[in-house]
Amino acid sequence: MDAKTTEKFAFLTLKASILLVVSFVAILLAYIIIQGYEVLSIDFLTSMPKNRMTEGGIYPALMGTAYLVGLSIAIAVPLGVFSAIYLNEYATPTKSTWVIEMAINNLAGTPSVVFGLFGLALFVKFFDFGPSLLAASLTLALLILPVVIRASKEALITVPLEYREASLALGVTKWKTTRHIVLPAAVPGIVTGIILSIGRVAGETAPILFTGAAYFLPRLPDSVFSQFMALPYHLFVMATSGTNIAQTRPIQYGTALVLLMLVLAVNCLAIVIRKHYRNKLKR
Amino acid sequence: MVHRRYKEKGIETVFFVTAAITVLALLFICLFLFRDGYLLFETSSFIDFITGDAWYPTSTPARFGLLPLLFGSLLVTAGAIFISVPLGVAAAIYISELSSPRVSDFLKPFIEILAGIPSVVYGFFGLVVLVPLIKELLGLPTGQTALAGSIMLSMMALPTIISISEDAISAVPLSLKEGSLALGGTQWQTIYKVVLPAALSGISAAVILGIGRAIGETMTVLMVTGNTAVIPGFPEGILDPVRTMTATIALEMGEVPQGSEHYHALFAVGSVLFITTFIINLIADKIKKKYKLKEGL
Repeated sequence: MDAKTTEKFAFLTLKASILLVVSFVAILLAYIIIQGYEVLSIDFLTSMPKNRMTEGGIYPALMGTAYLVGLSIAIAVPLGVFSAIYLNEYATPTKSTWVIEMAINNLAGTPSVVFGLFGLALFVKFFDFGPSLLAASLTLALLILPVVIRASKEALITVPLEYREASLALGVTKWKTTRHIVLPAAVPGIVTGIILSIGRVAGETAPILFTGAAYFLPRLPDSVFSQFMALPYHLFVMATSGTNIAQTRPIQYGTALVLLMLVLAVNCLAIVIRKHYRNKLKR
Repeated sequence: MVHRRYKEKGIETVFFVTAAITVLALLFICLFLFRDGYLLFETSSFIDFITGDAWYPTSTPARFGLLPLLFGSLLVTAGAIFISVPLGVAAAIYISELSSPRVSDFLKPFIEILAGIPSVVYGFFGLVVLVPLIKELLGLPTGQTALAGSIMLSMMALPTIISISEDAISAVPLSLKEGSLALGGTQWQTIYKVVLPAALSGISAAVILGIGRAIGETMTVLMVTGNTAVIPGFPEGILDPVRTMTATIALEMGEVPQGSEHYHALFAVGSVLFITTFIINLIADKIKKKYKLKEGL
């Protein structure tokens, strides 16, 4: 085979690979959308499960996920943004920042089920919160902390050094420069990171398995110490346990679709914001 | 003035303390995981755990052998990497070297979406579509096999592999490529003989991180691999049900009495998992630092 024919063949293989990847995702999305679409209705979203979860909607699971997202974001965002400010604005690259960066990378690579074990040992047992919204949210907050820190750091780095120098040269203190000059310029990037971690929290199952998710609850959680239902856990138990797996397939497709749409919407939003912000920077 | 300086110092301290929480969290994870795992070895021996070939947590006496679970994880991960590395590297080459900017503007967000799909949705899709398909096509007694897990995991590891490989390929200096093309090399010869070798270290970081992703994934493997705790054959065991370390923890932790031997055994498995991914991350981190690659998805 001469060089040109080899090249043609090689490029064809590359194209086939990317096509395979794209079509796999397309099939997955299409399948869940088509199967779930028939079940989806306002009623499905706003009614309680009925008849031992073989009929009815997913209202408590949807709300449980909303609570979970709200609480873990409220915990992780201040911690994450402050850490990023320290790393990018205050710290000089030394041994201690190396340790912090290493911790962030390892936290990001730790399997989600290990976070679940940790949440069980520390929050549920040691702090004695019991299986609860609080224990699960704290566990998930730790899980998304690296995401928030990395995104915020990335956003802070892109703020031009001149901004800081100009402010400092006018005699403004470091904190006021950070607070009034650097942070506002970094907000879009930080927001993108936060939105991405919302998607992460909404979709995670393994960390909430033993820290507070409930198979079925006839009401919404009334305090941070109650257990809760959540969309991904709901999908998991409906699809794998119980006696009516085949009968409840429509509910499973509906739940999968709602979860998928939620997470995809959040991801798309993050992509759009970032794109808008990048175009603005270029100008 | 003095007051102002103290205030500034105070603010810096607050930031430092929050940043230190990450380190503290990691230390606490080690501490709590290892402590609860270590308690297993007060009742059964460490050697029995590490070299045990049977995981029978409910028999009397109970047996907590790591090997079936460890080999289960390794088999599923090996299968996933076998599929996703060629696919991922090919996709990365396509995106960075061949596609028009318009196409890569579409492909990159697409890959990010791939990374955003929750693992339980992958697991569900695998369960209702892939598992019956494998059973039909290969004529197996059950479709819940290591193969099903490998295929689903390969898709989940792809975003990591593609994004870091792409970064490594883009980082190859233009002058190298131009040199090759000027000598009359075709574009493919340039990619294959110049770009890929130069990007190899970066790509290896991508592969290592992909392994980390696959070995730690829980819900998907739990839903599609059948969860039978026997030491799988290699490679023919890919067509049998297997049980991974992650699935074992997720499956059994809900039912064990807290503080029992079984409970500690699951923490011991969790510790093994944590140490494995810790080492994987450390190696990938070293390579990424050396070649100044980004974090990846």
